[in-house]
Amino acid sequence: MTTTEDLITTDTGRAASPLSEAGNPIGFGRMLRKEDVRFVRGAGNYLDDISMPGMLHGAILASPHAHARIVSIDTSAAEAHPKVKAVITGAMLDGLSLAWMPTLSADVQAVLATDKVRFQGQEVAFVVAEDRYSARDALELIDVEYEVLPPMIDARRALDADAPLVRDEIEGKTDNHIFDWEAGDAAMTEQAFAVADVKVSLDMLYPRSHPAPMETCGSLAYMDPVTGKLTAYITSQAPHAHRTVYALVAGIPEHKIQVISPDIGGGFGNKVPIYPGYVLAVVGSILTKKPVKWVEDRSSNLMTTGFARDYHMHGEIAASREGKILGVKVDVLADHGAFNSTAQPTKFPAGFFHIFTGSYDYAAAHCKVTGVYTNKAPGGVAYACSFRVTEAVYLIERLVDRLAVELGQDPADVRMNNLLKPEQFPYTTPTGWEYDSGNYPGALREAMRMADYPALRAEQAEKRERGELMGIGISFFTEGVGAGPRKDMDILGLGMADGCELRVHPTGKAQIRVSCQTQGQGHETTFAQIVSHELGIPPEDIEVIHGDTDNTPFGLGTYASRSTPVSGAAASVVSARVREKAKIVAAAALEVSVDDLEWDHGRWQVKGDPEQGKTMAEIALLAHSNLELPEGVEGHLDASAVYNPPNLTYPFGAYICVVDVDKGTGGVKVRRFIAVDDCGPRINPMIVEGQVHGGLTDGIGMALMQAITFDTDGNCLGGSFMDYLLPTSMEVPTFELGMTVTPSPYHPLGVKGVGESATVGSPPAVVNAVVDALAPYGVMHADMPLTPAQVWLTMQGRPARTDLAYE
Amino acid sequence: MQVTLTVNGEQMSADVEPRVLLVHFIRDHLGLTGTHWGCDTSNCGACVVSMDGVPVKSCTVLAAMADGRTIETVEGMETADGLHPIQKGFMECHGLQCGFCTPGMMITSKWLLENNSQPSEHDIREAISGQLCRCTGYDNIVKSIQWAAEHPTEGTYPESAGEPAGVQAESAESVNS
Repeated sequence: MTTTEDLITTDTGRAASPLSEAGNPIGFGRMLRKEDVRFVRGAGNYLDDISMPGMLHGAILASPHAHARIVSIDTSAAEAHPKVKAVITGAMLDGLSLAWMPTLSADVQAVLATDKVRFQGQEVAFVVAEDRYSARDALELIDVEYEVLPPMIDARRALDADAPLVRDEIEGKTDNHIFDWEAGDAAMTEQAFAVADVKVSLDMLYPRSHPAPMETCGSLAYMDPVTGKLTAYITSQAPHAHRTVYALVAGIPEHKIQVISPDIGGGFGNKVPIYPGYVLAVVGSILTKKPVKWVEDRSSNLMTTGFARDYHMHGEIAASREGKILGVKVDVLADHGAFNSTAQPTKFPAGFFHIFTGSYDYAAAHCKVTGVYTNKAPGGVAYACSFRVTEAVYLIERLVDRLAVELGQDPADVRMNNLLKPEQFPYTTPTGWEYDSGNYPGALREAMRMADYPALRAEQAEKRERGELMGIGISFFTEGVGAGPRKDMDILGLGMADGCELRVHPTGKAQIRVSCQTQGQGHETTFAQIVSHELGIPPEDIEVIHGDTDNTPFGLGTYASRSTPVSGAAASVVSARVREKAKIVAAAALEVSVDDLEWDHGRWQVKGDPEQGKTMAEIALLAHSNLELPEGVEGHLDASAVYNPPNLTYPFGAYICVVDVDKGTGGVKVRRFIAVDDCGPRINPMIVEGQVHGGLTDGIGMALMQAITFDTDGNCLGGSFMDYLLPTSMEVPTFELGMTVTPSPYHPLGVKGVGESATVGSPPAVVNAVVDALAPYGVMHADMPLTPAQVWLTMQGRPARTDLAYE
Repeated sequence: MQVTLTVNGEQMSADVEPRVLLVHFIRDHLGLTGTHWGCDTSNCGACVVSMDGVPVKSCTVLAAMADGRTIETVEGMETADGLHPIQKGFMECHGLQCGFCTPGMMITSKWLLENNSQPSEHDIREAISGQLCRCTGYDNIVKSIQWAAEHPTEGTYPESAGEPAGVQAESAESVNS
């Protein structure tokens, strides 16, 4: 047997970074975060911390019904409130042609309802008042008469002939169908199934979930009535994309729009889309000629803004008797809510779901995805899912476990026997993705070594003898991130390339301007380390400027783990350009040819005579001085770049979860969680591990606790933190992290991105563990969230549907 | 109505509506925006401040109820000697990412260490269990508090916090409920 050590690539390809005077690595390595200096003092500057002179406050009246025609709206009492400055309704917006706005999926969404409301919590009116309490008071004074309509709640009934019609305002629309989408080869897959010895299937629901960042969404907009300039502070993960959309929605010239994303209290995809509240703050400011702040309450956040998942999946897997996977086919019903507002590349209405073939070597695969409208909040891809890779990984990892049960083999063996081998990379999948690099068996072996897998199985066998329920769950994931190559990927026609600008000041201190937007990922540190790595400037001397469209270059923002893969590459490229320019300046100063110079840790020096050289700080001053430069070479030391990724990068990992299930209550305790991640070289290992911790906790939450469910009337049952349960410190264990390092050949730094890996990879490990624990009961599957009630019902042989309260 | 309270060592008075929540009073009237608001239901703990030495969710306390009380917010943690060990611990151990839950977490951590200078991991997890963090998975928050316990600065932690045991038990409940 090959040993673990043989299969793990531990060479990061990089020497240990030298340290700056402040003790920080000049380049890659653990470094404390620059942004924490303000955060631990409570000196962060989040949206609701910002005030402007004369600022007014907005509040939104939400629909109590999931589906109802608006008969009338009487705002007279609200308008008479002494502190109210404006009351805005859909009818008023209609007059301004602003009642509907484009979504990021080329659908439209109501800013304020005009004809009818289509989900509970939908925006019906907007009040602007002198203070936030008065704005709330005035909401109570608005009288809306509704004619309640039957709601379309069960997605599985959405295409029935008698289903209530959600989008009757679309001309000619007679059903709730949004799209059909396919990937892979259906005929080839049928052939593979025809010859297979073993075929198993699972019906799986990935329930509707919500990212619920600690800070809700909000904006502070000021349309200067004199200059016509709109300044909008917005909790946005993609400020440049927002600027362009506001120009398109409101007809404001784009050069007169400044979008500022201040410190953001978590995003996880929730803060990518354009929400009605953002637009309403702008309209409110135009009407009142004052700055207007709108901050949503927690219920609005959970009930109206970008949800995630809601995929009803039927998967089938075929294999030989020995356990070689031959094919997978999938049929998905996707509930997109009342408006198709998912934020994902235009070409892919199901996101990157067609990466469902996973980490395994087989040739036949096919999926079909059908999107439908329901009377629920719009959205779809929010929540750290890498454009639906989360659903894809869950699907394949549950199917592989189900296959293992059918074959009577250990799920680790089934995986090991089917994983792609290192020599197969770059590997083109049956659905068209080109995986860049990987050592999959190495990662799985490392996870099994850390877990002491044989000992765990022995312990489980012992416990089963005693009647105790212990489960061990494995998942292996491959994630495609860094969207994306312009030829294939755009959002609303905006190609997914990222700009970057770098200036080295005369004294050798630098500023880098990036288009991506941190929500806690630590960009101010990581991007300083990238520039430091390339130029030898200490990271403490590099300021990272972001979140202000007037002061940063265009780019598509931060989501789907794209910051380091795309903007990070841009930062590397722009730094290399500055380094090359510095070489010319150094050569001129040293009076040698550029060909005589070599680069050594932040210094250009003469080959064979290293005493003769110039540091970046010296070169920076020379570049701004009266030093005579070769003809055609401009002074100063700065550069810009736009990075168009040649391919996605593909982080991967092997996770093992150990659970104990209480037979009496159905309660699940996650006892251990081992996570081996390979995201290529780690720029700041501390930050990478933090990202993984957060994602694992999300995964445990989704697997065991979190779901946004609805009753028959369409009432949202997850509208507060009393009902939508998130993991606390008591539900998660101390994590056991491991790593392998396989650089990406497509990224100048070899890095692959890590922000969502653990969220993508962990849910199936938890579910596989619980299903494994319940094996003595003959359980083959149960849908998330595996609450004590769901586990207990499953033990009784009647698992519940977890998207609906009434079944 | 008139309320008078001591905030971060400074006595102040203000005229407020009786319904104003303490969190809004601290943020909007006093301009101390380090205390955050995150939910409407007292579940998230982003608004935790110390009232008479005990952590409270300031979204569940009226400003009027704080009349005559002593409040400490995150802005009061740093002293002339520098950052509090808990602030240093959160930086050292990457106990924060977006920073939104951090002030509340640190206020609770400070109370914990004042009452239990050598907490077990379970003690720490229990103490912060009434507060949510969506970024860190709590692992590094636990480590940050352990770091602070291992690096107390002379004078920062009194030998005895001076709280009778009964009050401590009650405070633990108020944090976790």
